[in-house]
Amino acid sequence: MQAQLLFSRFIKCFCIGLILSLLGCSSVQPWERGTLAKPQMALDPYPLQSAIRAHNYSSREAGASSAAGQGGGCGCN
Amino acid sequence: MIKLTLNVLLVLLVGLNNLCYAVEAGNAMPSCKVTSLDKSINKDIQKYKGKVVYVDFWASWCGPCAHSFPFLNELHQKLRDKGLQIIAINMDENTDDAMGFLEKTPANFEVVSDSTAQCAKDFDVKAMPSSFLVDRQGIVHKVHFGFRQEDTQELFQLVEKLLAQK
Repeated sequence: MQAQLLFSRFIKCFCIGLILSLLGCSSVQPWERGTLAKPQMALDPYPLQSAIRAHNYSSREAGASSAAGQGGGCGCN
Repeated sequence: MIKLTLNVLLVLLVGLNNLCYAVEAGNAMPSCKVTSLDKSINKDIQKYKGKVVYVDFWASWCGPCAHSFPFLNELHQKLRDKGLQIIAINMDENTDDAMGFLEKTPANFEVVSDSTAQCAKDFDVKAMPSSFLVDRQGIVHKVHFGFRQEDTQELFQLVEKLLAQK
């Protein structure tokens, strides 16, 4: 009996929590992405520069582990 | 109690899933109200029933939209006399953005605004730009997401085919 009561309370709390968390979520519609489309909203503001740096880094950094698996240090791979 | 809670949850989830009905090929064009960019004129897009209607949702921040405008201008210029009506529905939150865009990318066809986003919801726009090609009977024939230069030939031919139908 006690266990059933506890379970029913748990379900109630879970539902309330779920509904409250749903209130916090809202999907951004395709036509609402104007602000997100601005360059300053990009995760990486300079993707080309980052790619070049990563390329150089992976070629020249011999001591690094995962990024150093390729190239002979000339930066041309 | 548990059963009731589960039922309520189920109804809630099903309800959330069914909030939007996508407009697909074969469906009737939804009725929705648009305004002119300066908000002075209100009209329902159903007003154009009887014409072949090309509904295009666009925004100033959307790159492919800018590429689509020369094609829409060409369509308008070549086929308006045969009964084509292009309605470009702007979805910008700020109308000035749309005005700035139109200065750089002129549009000879009709440009309207959907400030309440009701049309976008009714059509269930899934991407920008989205185009809906509607025949003279008000039935959607083609739903097209995005804009690619290689699709223009097919779209042009489809518009011509629909214009030929009475």
